[in-house]
Amino acid sequence: MNDHTPKTGIKRRTLIVGLGALAASPLAAPAIAQKRYDDGASDSEIKIGNIMPYSGNASAYAAIGRTSEALCKMVNDAGGINGRKLTFITYDDGYSPPKAVEMVRKLVEEDKVLLVFNPLGTPSNTAIQRYLNTRKVPQLFVATGASKWGNPRQFPWTMGWQPDYATEGAIYAKHILQTNPNPKIGVLMQNDDYGKDYFNGFKAALGKEKEGSIVQLSTYEVTDPTVDSQMIQLKNSGAEFFFNITTPKFAAQAIKKAAEIAWKPVHYLNNVSSSFGSVLKPAGIENAQGIILALYRKDANDPQWANSPDILAWKAFMAKYMPNADIRDDGHNFGFSCCSTLIEVLKKAGDNLTRENVMKQAASLQNFEAPLLLPGIKINTSATDFYPIQSVQLAKVEGESFKLFGNVLSNETA
Amino acid sequence: MTAISSASPAAPDRTADFTRYALYGLLLLAAALPFIGGKTGLVSNFTFLQLSLMIVYAIAVLGLNLLTGFNGQISLGHGAFFAVGAYVASILMDRWEINYLLTLPIAALFCFVVGYLFGLPALRLEGHYLALATFALAIAVPQMLKYKHLEPLTNGVMGINLVKPDAPFGLPLSGDQWMYLVVLVVAVIMFWFARNLLDSRPGRAMRAIRDHTMAADTMGINTAQFKAITFGISALYTGVAGALHAIIFEFVSPDSFRFELSIAILVGAVVGGVASLGGAVIGGIFVQVIEKYADAATKKLTAAVHLPIELEPWTLYGIALIVLIYVMPTGIAGGLAQLAARVRKRMAAPS
Repeated sequence: MNDHTPKTGIKRRTLIVGLGALAASPLAAPAIAQKRYDDGASDSEIKIGNIMPYSGNASAYAAIGRTSEALCKMVNDAGGINGRKLTFITYDDGYSPPKAVEMVRKLVEEDKVLLVFNPLGTPSNTAIQRYLNTRKVPQLFVATGASKWGNPRQFPWTMGWQPDYATEGAIYAKHILQTNPNPKIGVLMQNDDYGKDYFNGFKAALGKEKEGSIVQLSTYEVTDPTVDSQMIQLKNSGAEFFFNITTPKFAAQAIKKAAEIAWKPVHYLNNVSSSFGSVLKPAGIENAQGIILALYRKDANDPQWANSPDILAWKAFMAKYMPNADIRDDGHNFGFSCCSTLIEVLKKAGDNLTRENVMKQAASLQNFEAPLLLPGIKINTSATDFYPIQSVQLAKVEGESFKLFGNVLSNETA
Repeated sequence: MTAISSASPAAPDRTADFTRYALYGLLLLAAALPFIGGKTGLVSNFTFLQLSLMIVYAIAVLGLNLLTGFNGQISLGHGAFFAVGAYVASILMDRWEINYLLTLPIAALFCFVVGYLFGLPALRLEGHYLALATFALAIAVPQMLKYKHLEPLTNGVMGINLVKPDAPFGLPLSGDQWMYLVVLVVAVIMFWFARNLLDSRPGRAMRAIRDHTMAADTMGINTAQFKAITFGISALYTGVAGALHAIIFEFVSPDSFRFELSIAILVGAVVGGVASLGGAVIGGIFVQVIEKYADAATKKLTAAVHLPIELEPWTLYGIALIVLIYVMPTGIAGGLAQLAARVRKRMAAPS
């Protein structure tokens, strides 16, 4: 066949055109595969910004930021992402919204980060959301489960990560109604968007008819020293079910106080405080037996997962990169799992490290199994679905382990 | 003999002139900064925000100075007036879409009335008791902002998000640069007014009350009225600072105005120098720079010097304060004035 080609003019022309294209291709190639960067990205570096409460009332979460920082170090030691080293810049916002605004502005305008990753807390994220969206800076995988983070139409630069609070609240309400059609429920709630989100989801799932079964709603401010008086109030209300919407420090206080005053309701604890290390241990494991919570991640210290590969990888990481950390603190698991999702997104973004492409990649994750998620729970996003994780499973505290029961429950609404 | 007598009155005039021209020069430079530093990219928008914050805190500290330094009343609660000013401006902008510049006089008037009314009963309180009453105010205001029935206005704990105004008339300035200029102009007006007030008859009366209330009373000064009005003016200053803070920060929430803010303003006043206008400027810088970054500075120091112990976040701040109070008991402004006087004496001595 080959010897025929030079004889036909058309074929020759094709050949010439083909050759021409081939000759031109070295010139064209850079245009096609051109590397594209926004602030914070270059041939050698990707800058990630983060704010975290390292001080103040919510400093129990500090482990999350430290773990993400350490994980970036591990990625760098292994050669970085597509040859680029990660620079993780993290500041203390003390869980204070005004400080969060100042620190995020510093990250964007002075440090010139590519994106703001995993800022923690509903109030802080609310404070910075409008700023980041008007400047078109990704506010990626925020560390709060408020249901408002998955709203790409209004806030296309903001994305959540964990299951949203309203859904989780609804799952508890349904479980209560399954066990007792006429319950008497007491609720302890942090008085902010986070608390209200849980509570509204919970109330909506009880339905108009059963709303009255909430016999006592007690609230506290994040600046309060204790929730002791609220617990006494709840006990006196005669509630048999207790929905505990609190952050770690207050969750530990509430569990301890309930034991002290010998109040023994069926205790539902929000996932925000599902940590042996920072909640159940300080509260006393014996006081925490039987507590029900919804999980989407493995507790890495739970004996039932001792041999699963992601747990082993996590343990090796902790031993090498955070040797002095308290490995019982669930913040290390959360940070590892969440930051792994970011790394997946950055890998997929390839050489196109614009803010727009980062958001596009974050919004096209398909069945991504982030390490430490429970079996059967996967990350899925799309241009209209900014809720990466939408499944949970109920579990009961038994000994020093979370005993899973029932099926993986998914959000039916989105 | 004649030469000396004619020169001696002229000498202070010349230094006063020099100070005045230096001040004008400095102000001109400050006003030109967005056009020079901003355009060349030497000064980032974030830096302009920080400069604006310094000026805002300087106005707040000046408010407390008028009360504490020049009238002798102690307040531990000026953060409350700061909060009231900030919320008045935010609510007006957010709910009624009133122009941000218009919110300033409204916030000023509102805070004057609140301060005056608070000052009236507080008159009967002296020293410690007044300090305690104002302390209570600082504790109560953030809680009141969270009050359920005020929520339609204040948005409760979640606060209010604002949008920073852009530069008008198509000026080639960013929002931060423009607001920096606005804040600067407002500060100049307020400092100028404070200076003139202090030089006037009422100003002298204010100081007379501070120095000896009973003597002032016998001189025919209505001390009660003066004290209440001074409280009102002081609240007005701090309230305007709060309003400016809300506008440049684009955000208010009850947690922005915790009790620590009142203490920060007081510390700024004392560190700068309570009975001095220049001290207010130094105090403002101190509040923004030292206080906000004490934590980071401590960490950097620990890392740089390889200290064997882990310093707590506020250690450096505490040490700095103790040293300052011992070395410059009249504040940095007072200390600098003393230093200048000593240098002048030393230079004058040989001749």
